[in-house]
Amino acid sequence: MKVYFDNNATTPLHPEVKKELIEAMGMFGNPSSMHAWGREARANVEDARSRVAGFIGAHDDEIVFVGSGSEANNTVLSLFVCASNQCIPGTKMRSSIITTKIEHPCVLETSECLAHRGARVKYLNVDRYGKVDLDQLAGMLGDDVGLVSVMMANNEIGTLQDIATISKMVHECGALMHTDAVQAVGKIPVDVAALGVDFLTISAHKIYGPKGVGALYVKKGIPYCPFIRGGHQERGRRAGTENTLGILGLGKAVEMRQLEMEAEEKRLASMKAILKKGIEERIDDIYFNGHPTDSLSGTLNVSFPGAEGEAILLYLDLEGIAVSTGSACASGSLDPSHVLLATGVDAERAHGSIRISLGRESTMQEVEYMLDILPKTIKRIRDMSTAYIKGGTHAASR
Amino acid sequence: MLQAGEWAYTEKLKEHFMSPKNIMQGENTDEFDGVGMEGNLQCGDQMMVVIKVDRDTEVITDCQWKTYGCASAIASTSILSEMVKGKTLDQAFHISPKEVAQELGGLPDNKIHCSVLGDKALRAAINNYYVRNGMDDKVKQEQAKTICQCMSITDHDIEEAVLEGARTYFELQEHTKLGTVCGQCKDEAEVLLEKFKHIHFGA
Repeated sequence: MKVYFDNNATTPLHPEVKKELIEAMGMFGNPSSMHAWGREARANVEDARSRVAGFIGAHDDEIVFVGSGSEANNTVLSLFVCASNQCIPGTKMRSSIITTKIEHPCVLETSECLAHRGARVKYLNVDRYGKVDLDQLAGMLGDDVGLVSVMMANNEIGTLQDIATISKMVHECGALMHTDAVQAVGKIPVDVAALGVDFLTISAHKIYGPKGVGALYVKKGIPYCPFIRGGHQERGRRAGTENTLGILGLGKAVEMRQLEMEAEEKRLASMKAILKKGIEERIDDIYFNGHPTDSLSGTLNVSFPGAEGEAILLYLDLEGIAVSTGSACASGSLDPSHVLLATGVDAERAHGSIRISLGRESTMQEVEYMLDILPKTIKRIRDMSTAYIKGGTHAASR
Repeated sequence: MLQAGEWAYTEKLKEHFMSPKNIMQGENTDEFDGVGMEGNLQCGDQMMVVIKVDRDTEVITDCQWKTYGCASAIASTSILSEMVKGKTLDQAFHISPKEVAQELGGLPDNKIHCSVLGDKALRAAINNYYVRNGMDDKVKQEQAKTICQCMSITDHDIEEAVLEGARTYFELQEHTKLGTVCGQCKDEAEVLLEKFKHIHFGA
């Protein structure tokens, strides 16, 4: 049996998206051209823009198509080290940026880079469930702060943040608010007006669209300058000939989310509950990571002390099951998941964690198969582990 | 189009990961003549090696293990346990991480440190055998030499840094903070850097 439980990493194309892309494969015109070929491409790009805007309650001209969620995040953060008054009127004196310890690396590494370039960067702590510390935020906010960037839903543990409350606090101190909503849009309702954000990041391939395309919401009237320069595309906000097919795919993906999201999320939530209960009943000495209720309905992160994540991932792979892990060994670095460590999980539990992320193609049969294979896999790994031998760390727990 | 199934690891490694050899059953180490353990769970790798030794010939007759770690850690200990059987204690003591990696058909650079732990645990088991049998004089210590006096960095720290990916003097400094105060150790550190790169990566 083949089971793909890694939908937070990426998702398969929605069949309707695939169909529309195949039909559009012959469309090659440059949307900037004035002739018929160009106008056809332009019409499709603008149609997709309307769909994306409508999906998050934005105006069409507030949507900038970009190459990825990472690019959108880099774009927003990079606005705030520009000293030019023309670029960012009014933010010149606001040289501090606030973000969190559990952001995606594209935010964290860009922030580190900005710190080298003179910006002051402050990182918010999270509690054991991954929720941002709002008291700490209140203490950090001041008239030196230009931008606050907090992800809406965490990719590893699924924890959701109260973006509307954070936006309100941020605006009261005169700063701008960005949320990386790559894991949220298309899974939970997202309305930019209700959230009160100035910038919001979207990615297509997390919601059954194609890879290599994303969108950045930039609220009307908010200072902005392009990250990629040298072209008038996207009204001068992102140079480079548009990825027309990708944009078309994103538009269709969003349309399908609009139709399917609500029912699907209920289905995923009930499958996750069964998975969670089954793991609890069949495997001892386990810990669930992330918020118990305020979390993405398809995301389940669990730690198995005494078993190492990469070994779990690869033994499951041999059984046809795809998951991901917070173990250092699988990432190529020596440190385990920064998200889990930020929630106060110790390194061993982080090394022994796996993330199961369900998606629209996941079935109950797959959940049952997982519940059959996973306990055997963990037992096998723990039986060969040093953790449970006499004198070992977990000697008493079995 | 490439097909799925091409792991980051060699077929040999995959084989030992899928069917590890000589896993210690149960947890009673009393029946063994030497026990060695290295690493810890917080770092993501821990290995225990136990050996049985023929007292007359000092030949290792059995070698079993337990490992907490990733696929390459599991496979490294598995293949090591096969390699040492029939070897004398002295021969086994000198098995290098490079030989273990070679036996596996190679390891990705960032996984080399997994195989280092296995042979360290083996050496600890051999020393444990000597101690148990009143042959303390035979215990071989791995003496560390301090290279950077300011930051108290030893040759072992340099070796560790190389195994963790340091390839240039700058990267070595990033890993260890070596030579960041007076800088007098630079020449000696560079020689060791090249030496360990050669030993472990043949570079």
